[in-house]
Amino acid sequence: MKRSLSTSRVLICLWSVVLLALTFLGSEMTLAQETTPPAEATATEAAAAPAEAAPAEAAAAEAAPAAAPVCGDKGFECNKGDIAWMMTSTAFVLFMTVPGLALFYSGMVRTKNALSTVMQSFTIFCVVAVLWVIYGYSAAFTAGDTPFIGSLSKFFMAGSGPGAVAATFSKGIYLPDYVYCMFQLTFAAITVALICGGYAERLKFSAMLIFSVLWFTFSYLPIAHMVWYWDGPDAYTTAEAAATANSHAGFLFAKGAIDFAGGTVVHINAGIAALVGALVCGKRNGYGRVSFAPHSLMLSAIGTGMLWMGWFGFNAGSALEATGGAGLAFFNTLFGTAVAGVAWAGTEWLIKGKPSLLGICSGIVAGLVAITPAAGFVGPMGALIICAVAGVVCLFAATKLKAVLGYDDALDAFGVHCVGGIIGAIGTGIFVNPALGGTGVYDYVANAVGAFDAAAQLKAQLWAVGTSLVWSGFVAFVVLMLLKVTIGLRPSDEAQEEGLDLSDHGERAYNL
Amino acid sequence: MKLITAIIKPFKLDDVRQAVADIGVQGITVTEVQGFGRQRGHTELYRGAEYRVDFLPKTKIELAVDDSIAEQVVEAITNVARTGKIGDGKIFVINLEQAVRIRTGETGVEAV
Repeated sequence: MKRSLSTSRVLICLWSVVLLALTFLGSEMTLAQETTPPAEATATEAAAAPAEAAPAEAAAAEAAPAAAPVCGDKGFECNKGDIAWMMTSTAFVLFMTVPGLALFYSGMVRTKNALSTVMQSFTIFCVVAVLWVIYGYSAAFTAGDTPFIGSLSKFFMAGSGPGAVAATFSKGIYLPDYVYCMFQLTFAAITVALICGGYAERLKFSAMLIFSVLWFTFSYLPIAHMVWYWDGPDAYTTAEAAATANSHAGFLFAKGAIDFAGGTVVHINAGIAALVGALVCGKRNGYGRVSFAPHSLMLSAIGTGMLWMGWFGFNAGSALEATGGAGLAFFNTLFGTAVAGVAWAGTEWLIKGKPSLLGICSGIVAGLVAITPAAGFVGPMGALIICAVAGVVCLFAATKLKAVLGYDDALDAFGVHCVGGIIGAIGTGIFVNPALGGTGVYDYVANAVGAFDAAAQLKAQLWAVGTSLVWSGFVAFVVLMLLKVTIGLRPSDEAQEEGLDLSDHGERAYNL
Repeated sequence: MKLITAIIKPFKLDDVRQAVADIGVQGITVTEVQGFGRQRGHTELYRGAEYRVDFLPKTKIELAVDDSIAEQVVEAITNVARTGKIGDGKIFVINLEQAVRIRTGETGVEAV
């Protein structure tokens, strides 16, 4: 009783801090917004007085670059097909977490923790969605003072609107900002939810929630900014303009690292946090003594199917346009994934004597993970090799490596997502090479595919892998240790024995 | 009266029910149980985590019968539930002191 009281007190304190911070930031934003109109007014006055000297007009135009373009302006084409595809993709990626990942994970835990595992994914999705709109989108997808994180200039969608635009990968082609923001929201949410696989069945709900909020803020947002933020293709007109634009871009983007749909941002980022979670939380009670057999592989199989379907939005949607590039990502998401399913289950059959359903499901997920950074960059041969390697190596990571090192990564979030993500990130750097059937890396200054430097590309990919491993691992460790010494990470032994469904939520998954 | 308890392979339940009904048994009680005997368990493997399952699922049938048909019932169950492979189960017979039909209050053989 005393314990739960102190937990709720900590939660209330944290919530107050968040509210205060929001109020403060909000008022600052309001002030910032209030300071802008005069500039606009000047611009309007200048426009209304054409008799004035031309330099004044030019100065006014420079002073007010914030006359934000909207969809349909000259050079800001919004394509109906693109918009339709991106809204569809966004809903697809939502479906990956709610309920795809939730069911995939829940099926692998014991009956007494089945409901709480679903609850984790659902709650994380909702909480991250709220934070994303308030400050996440701004912190990840605006230019910042450093290449590591954006600004709060779009705090609570400031300056955005139904007509506001976000860049795609084609010059002159834009997406509605709201659509792009929602698409990216679903990525942030699933990344945080993926971590549940590492600490499954033993992290109490309050600690899980605080961890998720802090990790999202201090790891997801910076990594997403570092890998994905850029000024957009229209900023790359000349070599000098490109240099300026690159100085605004995220740290890893500027290094030339490529990540089509989130191998580093989503999978390595979440996977290493899951490993840290498994280590800091410690093993589940009864590890190696009690049977932790999955309570329903049928749920896991259904979840796998939903993940695969949703992943077309994740990967093909990451093209940001309904083009042949999206088609390539779609192709690889189907073909590569199937390869990995065959590779995992086939290897199991050879080694253990029996191919398993959990094996083919795991292979499918490993393939999806590995093809994520590569989807729009590699050809069929690249996809085949990356996914075949992922299917086999992730199998060993989830079985042998885990057994040898003795960590309890309950649902193999590290073994599948981090290891698969690394294979994908490095594989992308190799097979994006046009000589190996890849697309090459587009040079927006030359408006053509640039000359490919294999060593430089591989180095950039390794930078991305290393940075996300270290950054995310460090953030996860610090946050979990803080929670461990404050509210504690695990429920009481009795509560764990009873199961988190009853102890945290007062519900049972099945009243049969 | 005798109380006959038979532990059988689950898929033999329908055959056994038919066989004892043919002899004139009025009712049986069925329970899903787990246990071990000479039949070995099996191992389950989930992503490398290996679990030995020592207790196998069986079906337990209990039936109370008059002494006159007890022998016949045991024989019928033995015949029907046998596959010849290890793990076919067991039958236990014990003396039954009393039986009561709750609805009518009848006792003894009348009640079974």
